[in-house]
Amino acid sequence: MWQRETFKKIKQVPGEEHVLPGSALCAGCGGLESLRLATKVLGDEVVYVNAAGCFTMLAAYPYTSFKGSWLYTTMGSAPAGAQGVRDALDVLIAKGRLPKSDNLKVVVLGGDGSTYDMALSSTSGAMHRGLDFYYFCYDNEAYGNTGMQLSPATPYGARTATSPCSLQHPSGAAQEKKDIFEIWRAHKPPYIATVAPRYPLDLEEKFARAAAFTGPKMFLALAACPTGWLYDPGETPEVAKLAVETGLWPLKEAIDGVVTHTYVPKRKPVEAYLKLQGRFRHLFEPIVQTEAIQHIQARVDAYWERATREGS
Amino acid sequence: MDSQMMTGNLAAAWGARLADVDYIPAFPITPQTEIVEALAKWCEGGELAARFVTMDSEHSMMTAAGAAEATGARVFTATSSQGLLYAFEVLYSISGWRAPLVLVNVSRALAAPITLESDHNDVLAARDSGFLQIHAETCQEVLDSILMAYRIAEDERVMLPVIVNLDGFSLSFTREPVSLPDPEQVRKFLPPFRPAHLGFRASAPHSLGVAVIGGTPYAYFRHQMHLASINALEVHREAAASFEQLFGRRYDVVEGYRLDDAEDVLVMTNACSSTGKAAVDVARAEGKRVGLLRLRMIRPWPADAIRDALRGRRAVAVLDQNLAPGQGGILFQEMAASLYHEVERPRALCSFIGGLGGQNLSVGAFHAIFEQTAKAGVSGKGIGPVLLYTQAEHREMTQLQMVAAGSVKRET
Repeated sequence: MWQRETFKKIKQVPGEEHVLPGSALCAGCGGLESLRLATKVLGDEVVYVNAAGCFTMLAAYPYTSFKGSWLYTTMGSAPAGAQGVRDALDVLIAKGRLPKSDNLKVVVLGGDGSTYDMALSSTSGAMHRGLDFYYFCYDNEAYGNTGMQLSPATPYGARTATSPCSLQHPSGAAQEKKDIFEIWRAHKPPYIATVAPRYPLDLEEKFARAAAFTGPKMFLALAACPTGWLYDPGETPEVAKLAVETGLWPLKEAIDGVVTHTYVPKRKPVEAYLKLQGRFRHLFEPIVQTEAIQHIQARVDAYWERATREGS
Repeated sequence: MDSQMMTGNLAAAWGARLADVDYIPAFPITPQTEIVEALAKWCEGGELAARFVTMDSEHSMMTAAGAAEATGARVFTATSSQGLLYAFEVLYSISGWRAPLVLVNVSRALAAPITLESDHNDVLAARDSGFLQIHAETCQEVLDSILMAYRIAEDERVMLPVIVNLDGFSLSFTREPVSLPDPEQVRKFLPPFRPAHLGFRASAPHSLGVAVIGGTPYAYFRHQMHLASINALEVHREAAASFEQLFGRRYDVVEGYRLDDAEDVLVMTNACSSTGKAAVDVARAEGKRVGLLRLRMIRPWPADAIRDALRGRRAVAVLDQNLAPGQGGILFQEMAASLYHEVERPRALCSFIGGLGGQNLSVGAFHAIFEQTAKAGVSGKGIGPVLLYTQAEHREMTQLQMVAAGSVKRET
C-alpha cells in the first residue's frame, strides 16, 4: 500500500507561491494549477526549458511568471535544451567558473503535442543518456495553443477541431490515447509519475520523492482544459477529480520501472466525467452513442483489471 | 610548433581543441564525422577538458549546443548537409539567443538525389539565419578561422554564432601541411569565455528566448541582430590584425589573387578557389589579364571590400557552387546587389554554375569562363546563369541513362 510520507495533510503544503499570477494562460488551466503545486516543492532555483505550447505564454516579454530562469527552445527539442543547460552547469561548476550555490534544477515544460510526438526523439535521447532533469508534461489531450486539434494524447471519442464528429466518425477521435507512461517506462528512468491538480497531496508527495533520484524524473500532469474541453473554468477541480475517480486518469508512479498506483478509485461510471465536457457532448446528444461510451468504459475496466491482477 | 600533415577535418578538430572549448554535443554525418571522432578521443583521453555528448539528432545537437552556450559554456559542434537542414529552425533560435558558439559545416550537396560530395547549397541555405559565415580555402585556414570565429563571435559588439565552412572531400579529406599555433599564444589571442549577458544561475535568474507579442519588440530584436552582424566586419578587422601579429598569417574578409592589373575577375569561395587560382595562372601565362576574388566572409556580407576590389574592372564572373532553381547562383545575386550602386561598376556581370555535388571543374571549364567573361566585358552585356556541363559529362550521363533504362550494360 502506497503511503505519503512527507505530505500527509494539506497544511503541510507550503503557502509560498512560485508561479506568479497574471499570466496570459486561460482561467481554470489545470496544467498551470499542476505546475503551481509542483513548484511548491521545486522552488525558485530552477531553469525552465520550454517547448512550444500553451506554457510559452508564461514568459512573454517583458514579463515572466517565474522567479527562476527560462529558456524557450523549440517544439521538438526541449529535452535536448535541458541536456545543454545541465551539461553546461556541470562543466562550469567543475571548472570553478560557477559556484555550487548557483546550481539550478533543470525542468522541461512540454504539452502533450510536443511530448507524445514531436519531442519523442529528444526525450528518448535524454532518458537514454540518464540526464538529470525533470520533465513536466501538461497533458490537455490536444494541440491546445493552436485551438484544440487532434493530438496523439486525444482520447477515443473526443471531438477536436480536426476530429469532428461526422457520419463516418460519429464518435469524433477514432484512435486511442497513446500510452506515453509506458513509452517512458520502457526507457527505465528512475522516476515516473502521473499527477492531477485536484490531488495536491499526491502531487506534492511525488515531487518530493522524485527529488531523491538522480536522472530523468518524468511527470505527466492532467491539464484539465476549460477552453478546449468545453466546460466552465470554475469546474476544473471537478473535472480533474472525475478523471481520477472514474479511473480514466490513473494516479501512479514507477520507480526504476516498478509501477505502483498511488490511489485506487472506486471507479464511477465514465459518463459522470464525459457528461461534464462539451468535447464529449456528441456521445449523449442528439442520441446516446451507447457503443462508444461502453467502449470507453470497457477500456478503463480492462486497465484496472490488469492493474489489480499485476498487483500494482 | 612545426607543420603537420592533416586533413581539413582534423584541422577543424584542432581548432576546437586550441580554442579550449567546454562542451561538444555531436552527431555523425559524412563527411564531417572525422571531426567529432577526433574530439571524442581527446575528451576521453584528457587532452581536451570538454564534455562530449552524442545526441539523438542534429536538431537536438544544435539545441543542446545553443542551450549550453546560453548557459555560459564555450561550445563547438559540427555537421554537414542534411544535418544542417535538419537542425535548421534551431539555427535561428541560437542566433536569437545571441549565443556565440562555433559550428563547423563540412559542405555536402543536398538530397534529392542523395549524394556525398560537396557544393554550397547547404551552408548558403543558412545565410539568413543570423549566424556569421566564414568559408575556408585551406586546412590551415580552417583551423585559424575557428580561432578567429570564437574571438569575433564572443565580442560584446557581436555576440552571434559563427559557421566556419569547409568543403567536403576536397578539403575535409585532403591532407595539407598545417602549422599548429602555440596554445599560449592562442590564449593571448582568444581570452577565456566570460560572457557578461549570458548564463542561468540561482543568484541571477535570466529569461531567454521569451515570446514577444507584436512587431514592435520583434523588429527591435531583429534589428539588433543585423547591427551586431555588421559590427563583425570591424571586429574581424581587429581580430585579423591581432592574429597576424601573433601567428604571422593574415586573413581578410575577401582575398584577392593577381588582382592588381586584372581586367576581368573571377569570384569564387572555399577550396575550389585553389583550382580557380591555378586557372588564373594558366590564363595569365596565355597573356590574359585575369584575377580571382575569393569571398571568405559571407555573413556579414563584405559589400565595401567587394566594391573596392571590383571597382573599374571590365567584367566579373561569379562561379557559384550552388544552384537556386528558378533563379541561378546565390552569390551572383548578392554580388550584383553590391555592385549596382558602384559608379565605376564592371561593364558586365556573368553568372556560372559549376561544381555541384563534387562535379569536376576542369581546365576547359575555366577557359570557357574566362573567354565568355572577356567577351561580355567587351560587349557590356552580362551572361548567365550558365550551367557548366562538358561534352564528356554529357556523354557519361547519356550512358548512365541508357543503363538506367536497361538498354545497355555500362562500359567498364
